Amino acid sequence: MAGIEVTALHKRYPDGTVAVEHVDLSIGDGELFVMLGPSGCGKTTTLRAIAGLERQTTGDIRIGDTLVNDLPPAERDIAMVFQFYALYPHLRTRDNLAFPLRAEGLPKAEVRERVDEAARLMRLTPLLDRRPHRLSGGEQQRVALARALVRRPRAFLMDEPLTNLDAELREDMRTEIKHLQGELGATMVYVTHDQVEAMSLGHRIAILNKGRVEQIGTPLEVYDRPASLFCAAFIGSPPMNLIEVEVADGKLRGQGGLVLTPPPGLPRDRRLVAGVRPEALEVTEPGAEHSVPARVVSAEWLGDEIIYVVDHGGQRDVRVRMPPTVRFAADAPVGLRHTGGPPPVYDVSTEELVA
Amino acid sequence: MAVSVDEAVSTGPGRDHTPPARRSGGRGRSVLEVALLAVLAVVMLFPALWMIETSIKENRDVYAIPAKFFDFTVTLEHFKDVFVASGGRSALSVSFLNSVVVAGVSTALATVLGVPAAWAYSRFSVKAKKDQLFFILSTRFMPPVVVVIPIFLMYRQVGLIDSKLGLILIYAAFNVPFTIWMMKGFVDEVPAEYEDAAMLDGYTRLQAFWRYTLPLLLPGIAATAVFALIFSWNEFVFAIFLTSSDTVRTAPPAIAGLIGGTTVDWGLVAAASVVFALPVLVFAYLVRKHLVAGVTLGAVRR
Repeated sequence: MAGIEVTALHKRYPDGTVAVEHVDLSIGDGELFVMLGPSGCGKTTTLRAIAGLERQTTGDIRIGDTLVNDLPPAERDIAMVFQFYALYPHLRTRDNLAFPLRAEGLPKAEVRERVDEAARLMRLTPLLDRRPHRLSGGEQQRVALARALVRRPRAFLMDEPLTNLDAELREDMRTEIKHLQGELGATMVYVTHDQVEAMSLGHRIAILNKGRVEQIGTPLEVYDRPASLFCAAFIGSPPMNLIEVEVADGKLRGQGGLVLTPPPGLPRDRRLVAGVRPEALEVTEPGAEHSVPARVVSAEWLGDEIIYVVDHGGQRDVRVRMPPTVRFAADAPVGLRHTGGPPPVYDVSTEELVA
Repeated sequence: MAVSVDEAVSTGPGRDHTPPARRSGGRGRSVLEVALLAVLAVVMLFPALWMIETSIKENRDVYAIPAKFFDFTVTLEHFKDVFVASGGRSALSVSFLNSVVVAGVSTALATVLGVPAAWAYSRFSVKAKKDQLFFILSTRFMPPVVVVIPIFLMYRQVGLIDSKLGLILIYAAFNVPFTIWMMKGFVDEVPAEYEDAAMLDGYTRLQAFWRYTLPLLLPGIAATAVFALIFSWNEFVFAIFLTSSDTVRTAPPAIAGLIGGTTVDWGLVAAASVVFALPVLVFAYLVRKHLVAGVTLGAVRR
């Protein structure tokens, strides 16, 4: 296994579109690193550049100590798992697994041994003699993972591997991938647009937008202190409430008189926005202590929680996550108060975190 | 008793069946359908049937009035005349051979050039890709007659007039755009991930294309090639303008040339036409499954 260093990556296609503006990544040995972002943010292009399937316009990629810029994919000693599995349709599972090993020219006995081992690890042994079209989606994806495993590569690259599976299977496979990665201590770069996948899998997450890295951090860091307004609006479901605030009397005041705990080191004379998680707010009886008057616009009953959309006289309605026991009818007058610690605060003009 | 179950089920006819009214309505409609289809079939097939009949009639039966539909003497003389003339091969048989060579080589050429081009347009980001594809297609907008004079003049300059190579080149030029457009649809259907995976497994891009994508494209290539072949085989305008000698001519102008003397040997014309139509029919029949799959597959975009 090896780490991966991406320095000043830039990719521009001949037709003029810029897929990656500027990306720096430093992925540790044995790390499960997730690249997360909306479609067209450059995450897949970055991954394909690491794989060698795209040649970057400028920038360097190192796998371990090797500069791989000019190496073809096969010589980079990496394995990749694709969204559409890319199993060879005319080969049985056994041969699909053996394929990369035979391409390397390993002796037959070793090929057999490694195929059996990977099959055992991915619980594919009973399926070894089937062709891909006789496997279910989940089974196909397990074969694709096993095919990556047999190579014993220096790093695994995963391009939205779970997107085509149905929800239930996706969760199972997520657990399986996480377990496998831990067991092998494998370096894994995982691309997804699904934040739940990113949060639950990644040791660290890189959030990409418009070909640039917006933030790199652990899932908790990314959730608690999004580095930019884009990240704040992207992570979390529902995402953060972005509330315009002013600093007055050592307090952070939002519209409608909502008072927030101020973080230290707030800059003066700038238009600011606070990012407040739905769970850092509380819907109360009208007139409760520290609350501002508000009105319930709508309520989403999700079973284990209720998401209230509340109008407190601000520019935008805010979303509040409440336990299912706290019930207010739509249109009911309520109180709204902030219960969490100091929220991250952003400069409106630079869209960056200032405190 | 065991039998009673069956009896119980089979009693009460009309209960488990379609109501009578709807059934007769369906029958009425299907009778109409069959009648209309029969009329259509007769109209469509009559020329072909008449051609086949004429090709096996003796000449005096061909000109008989009223026309003889059934009671004529069957002869294969005309078919013999198509291939054999006094003292060796007939001019017609030479032109058939020319047709085979010209259609075959031009189709092969168009396929060899068009399939990789289609692959490239499907897989790679190319500058102004849409404009390029439109330009390629635009070469098919004009009917051949429009360009035949300029091409005649150009061919005369470069010495391609009255040569099989000239015909092959012009047919290939017409088939390449068609091949690119039709094959691009097929290549789009084959996930690029196969090639990516093969490249990670140690193959170059071209090897990946050759070993993985190409085999999956074969049905599409077959369908496309058949269309190209039919175009080249049937082409008349260029053939009659650009060739003149019997040794170079393809079958369509050669058959047309049979008409126009003082007397027309309709039996020979019909027999030559039958021989001319047969290979394409047989070929299309053999690959009909791919043809249908090809036409529908290429048309559907993801």
